[in-house]
Amino acid sequence: MNRKRTESLFIVSFITGTIIMLFCIYPLISTLFWTEPGVIFDTFKDKQVLQSIYLSMGAATITTIVAFILGVPFAYVLARKEFRFKSLVESIVDIPIVIPHPVAGICLLTVISPRSWTGQLMEKAGIEVLGTVAAIVLAMTFVSMPFLINAAKEAFKWVPPRMENVSRTLGASHTQTFFLITFSLAWRDILSGMILTWARAISEFGAVIILAYHPMIAPTVIYERFTAYGMMYAVPVAVILIILCLIMFIILRLLASTRREGESI
Amino acid sequence: MLELKNISLSLGDFKLDKFNLRVKEGEYFVLLGPTGTGKTVTLELIAGLYQPEEGEVYFNGARIDNLPPEKRQIGFVYQDYALFPFLTVDENIKFPLTYRRIHPKEIKQKCLETADMLGITHLLSRYPSALSGGEKQRTALARALVCSPRILLLDEPLSALDPSTRESLQEELKRIHSITGTTTIHISHDFKEALALADRIGVMQNGVLIQHGDPVEVFKYPASEFTASFLGSCNIFRGEAEGSCVKLSDNIQVFTLEQKHGRVSISIRPEDIIISKDPMSASARNSFSGVVTSIINQGPLFKIEADCGIGLTSLITGKAATEMKLAIGSEVWMTFKTTAVNVI
Repeated sequence: MNRKRTESLFIVSFITGTIIMLFCIYPLISTLFWTEPGVIFDTFKDKQVLQSIYLSMGAATITTIVAFILGVPFAYVLARKEFRFKSLVESIVDIPIVIPHPVAGICLLTVISPRSWTGQLMEKAGIEVLGTVAAIVLAMTFVSMPFLINAAKEAFKWVPPRMENVSRTLGASHTQTFFLITFSLAWRDILSGMILTWARAISEFGAVIILAYHPMIAPTVIYERFTAYGMMYAVPVAVILIILCLIMFIILRLLASTRREGESI
Repeated sequence: MLELKNISLSLGDFKLDKFNLRVKEGEYFVLLGPTGTGKTVTLELIAGLYQPEEGEVYFNGARIDNLPPEKRQIGFVYQDYALFPFLTVDENIKFPLTYRRIHPKEIKQKCLETADMLGITHLLSRYPSALSGGEKQRTALARALVCSPRILLLDEPLSALDPSTRESLQEELKRIHSITGTTTIHISHDFKEALALADRIGVMQNGVLIQHGDPVEVFKYPASEFTASFLGSCNIFRGEAEGSCVKLSDNIQVFTLEQKHGRVSISIRPEDIIISKDPMSASARNSFSGVVTSIINQGPLFKIEADCGIGLTSLITGKAATEMKLAIGSEVWMTFKTTAVNVI
């Protein structure tokens, strides 16, 4: 009899994998079935809920664009150049990941509050940040930008520098080479980084409520309904947010994972 | 003429120190040296991918080391081809043409001509992932040649290929060079490749060009022990020269054509040593009796090592080895002419 032998380590992997899958999916499914579909439908028509979801998605999208514009050129340098204190710079990029998010909010508040010189400067210039969409984007960018920078850095590292070298000798300038070769090869992984950034931004709560309780983003609405009225009012909003986020996530993932013919190096 | 004058460059542990190189117009120059000796850096420096800390690079009298790579009109082919994976063969070849003000019709024509010269016309619609190693290398060559570069730089272009593809591409390189006449610098660590292709060769060691010249000359008369050993001379000995005789030990002496005095090294190419079962009566003055210690089958040739007081290595054909019934422990005579001894 020709029986395939399964390595015992894989059996352990299978068991732990099953636990992880259940751990990730079961709470989501449980939430989806917590209330009646009718209640969810009614919540969908709730103006406050809709506005908060639009705001969350909009702010997360702006955050991703800002992080992309600021982060991609910086990630390219981190991937390609060696310089003094590079590891210190890379550690600084990662700081927002390790500090608790309300703390991040407090830190940002010390910079934009009217008591700080930067806050005073903005006040004089007529720029209002506290309690505005700008504050939400600021908090979201602070906590989510490291994900984009790190993803872009890894994506650029994966592109062989020799390919850029050849492109230069063939007549393309450094900038042309970046857009035509480097970015063409790295964009899918950068897009994955953007998805992570967007997801991290939309899930941000701790830093945002310190800077802007109002206007309310979806997590703030959920939190407020939970503390004021309990689960029955919080869950429908949560369900809507889960569904919309999952749809967004799946679409972007599909986009990032479809490789064209010949795209492996 | 391409000229590198007193180039200095340090990259981490590696250093080019006052490096000089001259390659004549239309010449096929092979730069030989072991891995990590700075050959690729030298090519990348010529291409403008590295800036020298000191020194100058000239092409036909004009200084080019201040020009960015895209302005130097240099074709570069890497060992791993570096084809753009998201472009077809056709698009890869056309890539450099899009940066020049050329009519689309002419772009198409130039691409076809170059593809035809390299015999890859049938592959134009394919992506690099669907090509064999040889086809990839031909595509990389076509892409580098399509704009008629002033200099072609080849970084170990044949070393990633299987032996038969390597041989056919080697022929191809020779043919292309005879057609285009492009000044070519080819990096290699294979001296056979250098002998087959080069008009002149240079040998590099630790960032320094230690010898250059006609391939046969360098091959026959290596100027250092390193060059001798790198070019496949496995018989390298040190001794005391007294005129045309070099004493290797108390009872072993080798006769040379050159007259020298004092401490010297000598090298003898293994193919210049003849093996026989009986002493040879010919004019060769260097003849040693010994015992075979090792026989290595290298395909067409056999590498025979014998202990004759000094360890001598000879290369003979398989047929000769069989006819002499050589085995480990066989008693043999190892004989070579005075002209076969290179004194360093």
